[in-house]
Amino acid sequence: MKRPYLLLRHRDIPDLNDLTVYRQHGGFEAFRKAVTTMQPQEVVEIVKASGLRGRGGAGFPTGLKWSFIDQKNWPHYVVANADESEPGTFKDREIMEGNPFQFLEGLMIAAYAVQANVAYVYVRGEFWHLAHQLDRRIQQLHNAGFLGDRLFGTDYSLRIYTHLGAGAYICGEETALLESLEGKLGQPRLRPPFPPAVGLFGKPTIVNNVETLANVPLIIEHGAEWYRSFGTEKSPGVKIFCLSGRVNRPGNYELPLGTTFRELIFEHGKGIPDGKQIKAIMAAGASSALIVADDRALDTPMDYESVPALGAQLGSASVIVIDETVSMDWLIRKTVHFFQHESCGKCTPCREGTYWMKHLVDRIHHGEASQNDVELLYDVASQMRGKCLCALGEFSIEAVLSAIERFPQDFAARVAQQEPAL
Amino acid sequence: MNHLLEKYATEIETTLAKYPPDQKRAAAMPLLYLAQREYGYVTKQALREISEILDVPPTEIGQLVGFYTLYYDEPGGKYRLQVCTDLPCALRGAEEFLEQLCENLGIQVGETTPDGLITVEKVMCLAGCDRAPLFQVQTAEGITYHENQSVESAMKLIRTWQSNP
Ligand SMILES: Cc1cc2nc3c(=O)[nH]c(=O)nc-3n(C[C@H](O)[C@H](O)[C@H](O)COP(=O)(O)O)c2cc1C
Ligand code: SF4
Ligand code: FES
Repeated sequence: MKRPYLLLRHRDIPDLNDLTVYRQHGGFEAFRKAVTTMQPQEVVEIVKASGLRGRGGAGFPTGLKWSFIDQKNWPHYVVANADESEPGTFKDREIMEGNPFQFLEGLMIAAYAVQANVAYVYVRGEFWHLAHQLDRRIQQLHNAGFLGDRLFGTDYSLRIYTHLGAGAYICGEETALLESLEGKLGQPRLRPPFPPAVGLFGKPTIVNNVETLANVPLIIEHGAEWYRSFGTEKSPGVKIFCLSGRVNRPGNYELPLGTTFRELIFEHGKGIPDGKQIKAIMAAGASSALIVADDRALDTPMDYESVPALGAQLGSASVIVIDETVSMDWLIRKTVHFFQHESCGKCTPCREGTYWMKHLVDRIHHGEASQNDVELLYDVASQMRGKCLCALGEFSIEAVLSAIERFPQDFAARVAQQEPAL
Repeated sequence: MNHLLEKYATEIETTLAKYPPDQKRAAAMPLLYLAQREYGYVTKQALREISEILDVPPTEIGQLVGFYTLYYDEPGGKYRLQVCTDLPCALRGAEEFLEQLCENLGIQVGETTPDGLITVEKVMCLAGCDRAPLFQVQTAEGITYHENQSVESAMKLIRTWQSNP
């Protein structure tokens, strides 16, 4: 029998994005339970015990992050990161469209856990339509008595507001996001201090990804032990894997952490179109190192510990499939153009480095380069490592370095060919 | 006189109420969207008006327009048709789609059709990679998504705009 969905529950339950239907299926009971029967600290402890790790990319333990909130500086804020802009990632969008109340309930429980009375949802500008839907749903929650003052007769109050971004990948980085929410350019802050100490408007702030928050009501309802029955010991729970690229059935797949690449790509994704061979995998969207898709890689469990053994990261679990027809010089040209476009320009290594990488990948791709240029590209990328102010700069070199290291033949062929590719 | 403030007093008040009273600047992004809705793009006058409402220098508001890709400081087509050609979409034929679409419209990427109706642009990932080719359409009113597209379906949509400009 198929396991029922935990996050993509709208696939099992029609109209779950309707408040009445969501409540018929136990909606907002976890929030009520937390606010009326649990101390904030207890909520933090349960989430800690569940082992839930952030789904936005870094995999940081959620309960631990909540426990870092500075209790001496008030007010506190919680901000949901709905910027979802990593190429190959489209899970938060499905949650917010199909199961928005579970996400909002998770946000509300997080707010109670750190005693924030105001929470924001930072929604990427392209999700304009979704932000307006969320606004209407937040209003419904007010009308139903789940948001507002003195909830359930306690002295806890909570309000939620959406804030629309306007097209900038860097605003997914949590400190750039906070700057943007303050009405400034979306450029990352120097850290420390981290947001739980100094965040939005200079106040202690928790930033969590949409999918992370959607797990929280389940943990409060069923307990930490139950949650740990899914996934692996160090990466508990289920994860939404976004499958894209050269695969027959792209889409979102909710699976336990620790599922293998092979199961995702061949069983759920139904393999590679036109009988082609798989060549490489990117596990964390455009920010990934390229994994050579051999048997060992395909049999690797997708969790936060196992993927690094392949010289890559799980990140947001945005799995892009590359087949044998794709040449890596073409591929890194796409990723480098992306990062060059999205670099916020605040620090020199990233601003200049992505600019030079772009110049070089263009030359190589246009058949105007020699092997020296490939080596120069490798050098420029290596020199950026460890010198960038935020992870965007570091992400930008992952595909470049791994492509040159693991697929040298593609570059040798392009250089030898000396003629433009398609 | 402040046209935005006079015409949209209640909406601006609701927007400001989302943020702490001493953090009015946070309303800059929503007000830029409001200005685009009113004027079609962010005009010099809009910068001055937003600056007055928020008590932030107009140059700083102007910098936001330069930084964020969904704000414009000059007029474009009534419909900005923005095709994603980022890596996952490119693996599913998005670049060919864009090329053929431009051929059909007789313009290059970044250009506007002579009737001023459509500007075609290419953009980065729109979080719809499993439904490529796809594009979003940005107008003064907002943004809509159009997924699993073919050149035929896109041209069909475009013809409805052309017959009803
Ligand atoms: C360049 C960059 C882009 C990011 N984009 C996103 C994003 O779109 N959504 C997201 O949730 N986290 C994103 N992150 C991660 C956030 O900085 C942050 O770690 C996350 O929102 C924390 O939430 P979590 O602990 O629930 O994962 C990004 C990080 C970087 C460096
Ligand atoms: S690494 Fe790049 S994106 Fe990050 S702060 Fe520096 S310039 Fe900006
Ligand atoms: S790459 Fe086009 S929508 Fe993601």
